[in-house]
Amino acid sequence: AFFWLVSLLLSSLIWFIAVKASDPRDEPLQKGLLIFGVMFSVLLQEAFRFLYYKLLRKAIEGLVALSEDGCSPISIQQMAYVAGVGFGLMSGAFSMINLLADALGPGTVGIHGDSQLYFLTSAFMTMVLIFLHTFWGILFFHGCEHQRWWEITAVVVMHLAVSGSTFCNPLYVGSLVPSYLLMATAAAWAYLLSGGSAQN
Amino acid sequence: MTELSAHLPQFQHGQLTENFPDNHISNTNDNSERRRHDNSERRRNDNPESETNGQPQNNVQQQVVEQDEEEDEELTLKYGAKHVIMLFVPVTLCMVVVVATIKSVSFYTRKDGQLIYTPFTEETETVGQRALNSILNAAIMISVIIVMTILLVVLYKYRCYKVIHGWLIISSLLLLFFFSFIYLGEVFKTYNVAMDYITVALMIWNFGVVGMICIHWKGPLRLQQAYLIMISALMALVFIKYLPEWTAWLILAVISVYDLVAVLCPKGPLRMLVETAQERNETLFPALIYSSTMIWLVNMAEEDPEAQRKASKNSSYDKQAPANQTQNEDAEADDGGFSQEWQQQRDNRIGPIESTPESRAAVQALPSNSQTSEDPEERGVKLGLGDFIFYSVLVGKASATASGDWNTTLACFVAILIGLCLTLLLLAIFKKALPALPISITFGLVFYFATDNLVQPFMDQLAFHQFYI
Repeated sequence: AFFWLVSLLLSSLIWFIAVKASDPRDEPLQKGLLIFGVMFSVLLQEAFRFLYYKLLRKAIEGLVALSEDGCSPISIQQMAYVAGVGFGLMSGAFSMINLLADALGPGTVGIHGDSQLYFLTSAFMTMVLIFLHTFWGILFFHGCEHQRWWEITAVVVMHLAVSGSTFCNPLYVGSLVPSYLLMATAAAWAYLLSGGSAQN
Repeated sequence: MTELSAHLPQFQHGQLTENFPDNHISNTNDNSERRRHDNSERRRNDNPESETNGQPQNNVQQQVVEQDEEEDEELTLKYGAKHVIMLFVPVTLCMVVVVATIKSVSFYTRKDGQLIYTPFTEETETVGQRALNSILNAAIMISVIIVMTILLVVLYKYRCYKVIHGWLIISSLLLLFFFSFIYLGEVFKTYNVAMDYITVALMIWNFGVVGMICIHWKGPLRLQQAYLIMISALMALVFIKYLPEWTAWLILAVISVYDLVAVLCPKGPLRMLVETAQERNETLFPALIYSSTMIWLVNMAEEDPEAQRKASKNSSYDKQAPANQTQNEDAEADDGGFSQEWQQQRDNRIGPIESTPESRAAVQALPSNSQTSEDPEERGVKLGLGDFIFYSVLVGKASATASGDWNTTLACFVAILIGLCLTLLLLAIFKKALPALPISITFGLVFYFATDNLVQPFMDQLAFHQFYI
């Protein structure tokens, strides 16, 4: 969670600098900058996931060296899962919590012509992102463990795709449907990688 | 070791200063104590093994000792993680209470004047004037803290225990009765609950008396922990209400620097306090430390001969062992006490590492009940109440005054917890007293300002367009 937070901090710093350096009245430019910020943030998040992997690797080596029976009390798969959950929870919390706080107060959704499904779709999108982060964590660590770079690039590409699909919001079918499909794929993949099978 | 300075609260014009010393000491103490516990745990487990191998020769003892050290470290790490979690829960609880109160009870975000310790107002015409005023306020506050700490150290040095204990009791009396009365009143006002004075008097009386008993004497562990969390939260709320904006941030920053200096410098007051306590083999003040577990006294009959043995070994150990003993003995008299046996065993366990075969023989001659008296899982960690207070002040101020609102609060919360983790890790590595505030407060401040100014607009724009990162 902390690592995700730091990556968010750095990416928003970059975006902020870009915004301050540009013309605030130019709408398309601002939107373009935002898109750039989003992409950059995704890349930074994955970079921090990698850094976190490195840190955990060192920690496992330390634990193994000190343990009595040569194996660490917590496996790398468990750490991958926990890392994914941490990332997901933090990203979900940051996405949703202000929304939830506002939802407690009075108001009408979409009264100015925006979509009336704003809260619902936000909730679904957040949920799918949290799940995705968890699965990406498992896939990513597995890829790093076994030196399978294509797995890592697949995770990064998937993340970029999901974030990119949100650019067609409020056309929700364009963002939610692909995201859920990708989530199903990632779930199945992570399940198989963790040793599950169709029977088990 | 534990440096605890007790700033006894002074009641002036209805305002209160609080005990700051708590910060460094308990935390570090507990950590070092915890590690010691873990070490002793290992020893204890290992010694019987070496004993069953017959009378170990010197070289075998050497090997056993080395293995002990490695296993100690490993078990230390394992138990260390558990202790970190044991500290996370109360810190989180305190922060949750403070944030919940700030969000719901508007009294604590209303500006009703300032403490006497921060006389300069922050509603000035120019930014420069405001900056100057806040710097002056922070300077006054910090010098008050320093003076109190030195006063405490002096009182302790000259054995004016009655004064210190009286001071502590008055301060907790004020907190438990007066502040909780105000708090209860404000909560009732917020939720528009009708209440009569008699019921309130009864509630506050019960709350206060049970609190005094739990904190200063004996009581169920969970109840004592709950009370300590509650008084920390109350104190933090007072700070959040009565400290103006810039002053509060400045004070947080300066106090973590002061914490660092006071604990680590050889002439720092807190360090001197701890050393004095060590020399005298005395307890540090109860009611200023949060203890996560309590070891119950078992088998009292065995204590005396072992205590004598322990006392005789004191002189031969280096500084750390007596400190541990001190803390052990202190801890025993403390509410979160450790049993005498555990202390003795621990000291005896630590003995073989650095002492002669004689002490090893003494260790091996230990009664076998040493294994059964304590459950290794019960090793506790201690954290100073001042740490709780300042962490909660940071998070509370973040939730009260941040434009990013919940995002900022969440970010500060995570930052503080990670800082706490790092501090405990450093403690495990360095094995000496470390202040608990600097790392957490630094992370918290960095994240507060960064999130409020940088992340907030970004997330706002993202939420507006419903983009997801």
